[in-house]
Amino acid sequence: MKLLLSSGLALLMASSLSAGQIWVTNEKDDTVSVIDTETLEVVKTYETGERPRGITFSKDFSRVYICASDSDAVQVMDPNTGKILYDLPSGEDPEQFVLHPDDIHLYIANEDDAITTVVNTQTRKVVAQIDVGVEPEGMAVSPDGKIAITTSETTNMAHWINTETQELFANTLVDSRPRHAEFAKEGSQMWVSSEIGGTLTVFDTATQTEQAKIDFEVQGVHADRVQPVGFEFTENDEFAFVALGPSNHIAVVNAQAYEVEEYILVGRRVWHMAFNADKSQLFTTNGVSGDVTVIDVASRKALKSIKVGRFPWGAAFRP
Amino acid sequence: MVLLSTCFAGQQAIAETALKIGYLRVDVAAPATLSNLDPIPENNGLAGAQTGLQDNLTTGKFLGHSYELLEAVVPIGDDALNVAKDLLAASPYLVLDAPTDVLTRIADLPEAQNALLFNSSSGEVSLRDQECRRNLLHSLPSDAMRTDALTQVFVQKRWRDLVMISGSFPQDLSYAAAMRRSLKKFGLKLSDEKAWNANADMRRTASQEIPLFTQSFGDYDAMILADEVHDFGRYVLYNTWQARPVTGSEGLSAVTWSPVIEQWGAAQLQSRFEKQHSREMTSLDYAAWTAVRTLGEAVTRTNSNDPKVLRDYIFSDAFELAGFKGRPLTYRGWNGQIRQPIAVVHPRAMVAQAPLEGFLHQTNELDSLGLDRPESKCEAY
Repeated sequence: MKLLLSSGLALLMASSLSAGQIWVTNEKDDTVSVIDTETLEVVKTYETGERPRGITFSKDFSRVYICASDSDAVQVMDPNTGKILYDLPSGEDPEQFVLHPDDIHLYIANEDDAITTVVNTQTRKVVAQIDVGVEPEGMAVSPDGKIAITTSETTNMAHWINTETQELFANTLVDSRPRHAEFAKEGSQMWVSSEIGGTLTVFDTATQTEQAKIDFEVQGVHADRVQPVGFEFTENDEFAFVALGPSNHIAVVNAQAYEVEEYILVGRRVWHMAFNADKSQLFTTNGVSGDVTVIDVASRKALKSIKVGRFPWGAAFRP
Repeated sequence: MVLLSTCFAGQQAIAETALKIGYLRVDVAAPATLSNLDPIPENNGLAGAQTGLQDNLTTGKFLGHSYELLEAVVPIGDDALNVAKDLLAASPYLVLDAPTDVLTRIADLPEAQNALLFNSSSGEVSLRDQECRRNLLHSLPSDAMRTDALTQVFVQKRWRDLVMISGSFPQDLSYAAAMRRSLKKFGLKLSDEKAWNANADMRRTASQEIPLFTQSFGDYDAMILADEVHDFGRYVLYNTWQARPVTGSEGLSAVTWSPVIEQWGAAQLQSRFEKQHSREMTSLDYAAWTAVRTLGEAVTRTNSNDPKVLRDYIFSDAFELAGFKGRPLTYRGWNGQIRQPIAVVHPRAMVAQAPLEGFLHQTNELDSLGLDRPESKCEAY
């Protein structure tokens, strides 16, 4: 990463030649769009169940899991053929999920039921259902696999799940409408975005206490409309790139100083994102404009918009 | 009265905080209307309070907070004040669905002076103006907020020349007055007005009566209907002499809530509500939900059930309620009105959400809707 930063665009272009794909779920088209990270074009569009949102790959990338919210199923697709192989039981209205490091257990937020469902992807059985707050959405799991997180949008909490017992061991309040959670710095921190509160909260994982809070301010946009949603970390968790929803900007947050360094204008209602293989490029889903913005991470510039389906929501990388 | 007094043990050992919320509905005779097409749900409003209670309970169980809803209905002709006193003896928090004059009479009760009352039923502007009460908050948008929202759409679409037909019920007259104020505020022209006075049964003769009735308006950009009780308005659409849009209480309408609102996570609230009550959520339901959630949010953040603590928090900068409208809902410090975006809809889809782009305000664009601080003659705050 340091090398890339210092050696300019030529190397950058070369590095992104390690071809890969970004898979994007289109919430209102019931499809996924597959973008080639080299040509930056949509190369395939596959049909899914109704209202696809969360998307993630198995460790070896041989399976892609898709939350088909309105079909009340997690669909398992063969990414080579786009064929839906089977559905996993998921509880009602699965919105977002996270795959445990064991590559077996999916932790699924059931938005309509205030439940987190744990599914074994091999036996295709529900292992546990955990009562959480109203409208669970954000899902994360610690790198060591010991803790899973569900954030609930209307209860305004991060719920801490012990993955051994599948029980809650802590519930921490955050600002209004938490949307997304990620562990950082080898699991020592857990970050949560609050859409309506307009903040990112950084928790110390060991004590589940608040360590820092990050505010955003986009020039010319009222604070109410600066709404952090999805976010991802660059190499070594140096920076967090944060989607700010209807303010149509991505914020670049210095993850050591907890300060915003830059705002990048992207498409309308930016929601989630995924990096390419070497994290030199970031692909953001822009729900209202129906496109994906490609950002050059080093220069923090938007390079291109790629038209996808209606209301792109989730994004995931596949080599 | 229904009591829900379940105790939830929190995950952590936190002292129990319990909040009782009274819900008081004062029944009034429904005005006779031309059509019998609209069934008014028996639990209109109350159902929203119940969904709000459910949301509060789910959150509360993680914090050691419990909630109860005490429900009371005053039949037509019975004394609402006595029932209000009974409820106030049990709880200082009341959500009220009552006519405008009953709201102020309840607020003026000696027993209510330290209470926190929520008007969830009346859009009457005077309640946010000279008739305001310090202990009466408004979880329903005022008529002025809705007419300002619709007027912003007129401005954006350059519909500058408007005509209006008003019904004769008090709600119709209030709405018409609010609309006149909005048109003046945004510099639009109301070139003609008529009062609805036809006695014909429009289910048979709308196609003959309405063209004649609207012919004298001449040309205009859009027609406004002040028909809040939904008496004649539905028969005006597609029957006007001029082929112009119909707006106001029918056609293109500015509403507090509607089943067509699905953005900003609203689909979740809609489906949660529908699952619980087997019907769609109305504006009255939404206003009652807002009131109960306002109290829940304040308890969650303050860990208190003291009315003074909750009131201070609700009016502080820290308060924000996620209300599925894309922006945090907050309360105006000058008249107790909740701030919120207003959807402009037709029965099948949302057309716009006010404040529209370009309607600026020195502190908060949401205050371009309804009585702003300098306009309000409320002195109780």
